[in-house]
Amino acid sequence: MTAFFDHAFEYAAWFASLCFVVAMLLAIARLFAGPAAQDRILALDTFYISGMLTLLMLGIRSASTVYFDMALLIALFGFASTIALAKFLLRGEVIEP
Amino acid sequence: MSGAELPLWVTVPGTLLLIAAGLLTLVGSIGLLRLPDFYARLHPPSMGTTLGTGCVLITSMLVSSALLQRPVLHELLITLFVVMTAPVTAMLLVRAAVSRGRARLDDSQPGNRNGPADQDRKSDTSSANASGSSSGHM
Repeated sequence: MTAFFDHAFEYAAWFASLCFVVAMLLAIARLFAGPAAQDRILALDTFYISGMLTLLMLGIRSASTVYFDMALLIALFGFASTIALAKFLLRGEVIEP
Repeated sequence: MSGAELPLWVTVPGTLLLIAAGLLTLVGSIGLLRLPDFYARLHPPSMGTTLGTGCVLITSMLVSSALLQRPVLHELLITLFVVMTAPVTAMLLVRAAVSRGRARLDDSQPGNRNGPADQDRKSDTSSANASGSSSGHM
């Protein structure tokens, strides 16, 4: 029973990693195809989140805690870049004097 | 993979949560690629952002707690951060899209689709639009 669910967990981890990588590829497709700039920013945000999830899956599969810090940094920088780009679209400049 | 030392209370919920997270994120990205409008495209990736991230982080908490033999809760940082920042991102993107779409509407047919609200923003975008209206700002 334990061995069966251990194998099932391993296959589920592979499946989730594959899904996240395919999600990253679809986000890249939208990033190149998006008609307006806000579509590209949304695709970049989705790409960041999927990359963070892929790193977390690497951390789960290799049972180490190094990937957690990288995932936290990716979440932080993804949020900052998305906010900066959306602010640029909204106002024409990022940091207003 | 670390072998067969993971207990049953990790692997059973972990399997279900990982499959759910993968399917949710994949469906979100397919929706991002296939929906026709920007305002429609904004909805599906938030499914992967909130639910997918939550499922993966719960699984990561279970695995870390089982491996280190103590409760590990620092994955809650990412959950809290992502759940707090996803609405801010969506709101700013929608405001940018509304502003840009309204500026484009003012080019072709003035006065269309504008409510009585925020007249100052309308004049702001139209004046910003008058300077760069020739270069199809896409």
